[in-house]
Amino acid sequence: MSELTLLLIRLAFLAVLWFFVIAAVGVIRTDLFGSRTAAAAPARKAPKPVKPPAKPKKGEPRQMVVTGGPLQGTTITLSETPITIGRANDATLVVTDDYASSRHARLFPQDGQWIVEDLGSTNGTYLDRSKVTRPTPVPLGVPIRIGKTVIELRK
Amino acid sequence: MSVPTVSAPGAEAVPLPAKRRVAQLVMLASAVLIVMAAYAAVGMGIDQKIPSGMLTYGLGLGGFMLAAYLVLARFAPWADPLILPLVTLINGLGLVMIYRLEVGAGGKGGASATSQLLWTAVGVVVFSVTLIVLRDHRALQRLTYTAGAAGLLLLVSPLLPVLGQEINGARIWIGLAGFTLQPAELAKLALVIFFAGYLVAKRDVLALAGRRLLFIDLPRARDLGPILITWGLSLGVLILQKDLGSSLLIFGTFIAMLYIATQRTSWVLIGILLFVGGAILAGLAFDHVQARFEVYLNPEDDALYRRELGGSFQLMEGLFGMSQGGILGTGLGQGHPGLIPLAFSDFIFAAIGEELGLTGLMALLMVYGLLVERGLRTSIAARDPFSKLLAGGLSFLLAWQVFIIVGGVTNLIPLTGLVTPFMSQGGSALLANWILIALLVRMSDAARKPPPQAIQDEGLTQVFQR
Repeated sequence: MSELTLLLIRLAFLAVLWFFVIAAVGVIRTDLFGSRTAAAAPARKAPKPVKPPAKPKKGEPRQMVVTGGPLQGTTITLSETPITIGRANDATLVVTDDYASSRHARLFPQDGQWIVEDLGSTNGTYLDRSKVTRPTPVPLGVPIRIGKTVIELRK
Repeated sequence: MSVPTVSAPGAEAVPLPAKRRVAQLVMLASAVLIVMAAYAAVGMGIDQKIPSGMLTYGLGLGGFMLAAYLVLARFAPWADPLILPLVTLINGLGLVMIYRLEVGAGGKGGASATSQLLWTAVGVVVFSVTLIVLRDHRALQRLTYTAGAAGLLLLVSPLLPVLGQEINGARIWIGLAGFTLQPAELAKLALVIFFAGYLVAKRDVLALAGRRLLFIDLPRARDLGPILITWGLSLGVLILQKDLGSSLLIFGTFIAMLYIATQRTSWVLIGILLFVGGAILAGLAFDHVQARFEVYLNPEDDALYRRELGGSFQLMEGLFGMSQGGILGTGLGQGHPGLIPLAFSDFIFAAIGEELGLTGLMALLMVYGLLVERGLRTSIAARDPFSKLLAGGLSFLLAWQVFIIVGGVTNLIPLTGLVTPFMSQGGSALLANWILIALLVRMSDAARKPPPQAIQDEGLTQVFQR
């Protein structure tokens, strides 16, 4: 057995050891860098829209983002459709929150503006710090609080 | 008009978390293969041929791990895919190193790979039994105080007149029917279970009451009871059993769990102050503690190196060995780790460092790190506060143990006699650590399992599918 063979065995073993460590990190990379499939899957599954929705004009919000609460990170692309929020299954954004009502609030577009309307909820809807008592226009980036959930409109 | 698309975490669009069984099996197989390769390398290094025992050991280890895998796949299908392969690799490398030391010493000197392999088998059996019997880890929460009492009893059992035995200056052994066991290893587990259950019940008062001084929240004086009791306990272990390692381990784990439970830095500061105070007092009052400190501060001193009892000979031999290994190591079977006293138990880390070098040690520490990371991850993902605390505490116990022994061997902290988890020769420790892993696997299964789905859409009565 030559020195060279032993040297090669030695280096090969160390390399294999490190390969194992790297493979182990590979197994859990979704933990470390976040899941990529979750974002990609719906995009692949969704059928191509027949007609691309009319591009919102400048200064108009394009998406609604949940910035707080259990659904944090959820985004909803805004179109012409009104958005309902609540615990009911038919709401656009279904929140599982003891502080939200089944049909809690509604967001709808009007004349290029999005309006928030409280649908008679028990604990109320708050735009920034003030309670929404009647349909109120929502400026960009102002938080709307529904129970534990906070959402805002973004470009 | 298009329907708004929702991409929500928790909504239907998200696929179920994968079980990753294939990944687990592949990692497990490669871990066993690496261990077999290490056996072959040892044989090549010592007498230029593949050792005859390689297949027996390799297949033995592989068989045990396959059995463990099957039990895991049957009884904890959602468990974390990495925990078992990582443990397999560490346990296997420990076996190889013990085998290497046994061969190097010609069968004399106390290292015995066969007995370690048998203990590994017992460990796997205990792992399986724990998984099969303990279907819901929350059953342990009901045993909070029972576990506390059992832990205390196990801790003091070596002090009992007939049962207890003193070996190598530490009174931490009990003799039972010809076997010697270290009950402290099991006591650690029982105490972590106790701490978790206790802190779940009491954490609010420990976290909220108190007042603010400068930048830290000070707890009330009357809430200091538990920390003082644990402190007294660990000091008792230190003084009566002369077991520095267990003392530091128990107290450190309690502080970490207290911090996890309350998120208050003040507990950590109080804990460190208490421990440093206790250690200084113990150092002044007891010779064996003082000897450790002298060795720590001045290991290269010639008089200490030559001192018969409590000298720095072992530590220095370990350091010499690691320096001999350098970056790439001397190669398996080609160094002289047999020169280090007790290289097969307390100093197995130095022996690995000599033969695999810094590169190998770092890989090994990475494997330990990943194991701890999986445990902490389980703790984060867990749904109930008890398993959060238990998983966090057990992972910290593992990490802290590795830190104490590696820090001791490399002279970063004073050397305390602790085993390297899963590597050092010793049945009790191996057994206790396999139980620890079984608990982590059980909790990660519970944490990763998807929540029960409602079959019906609406209505007052909901049917859940498990």
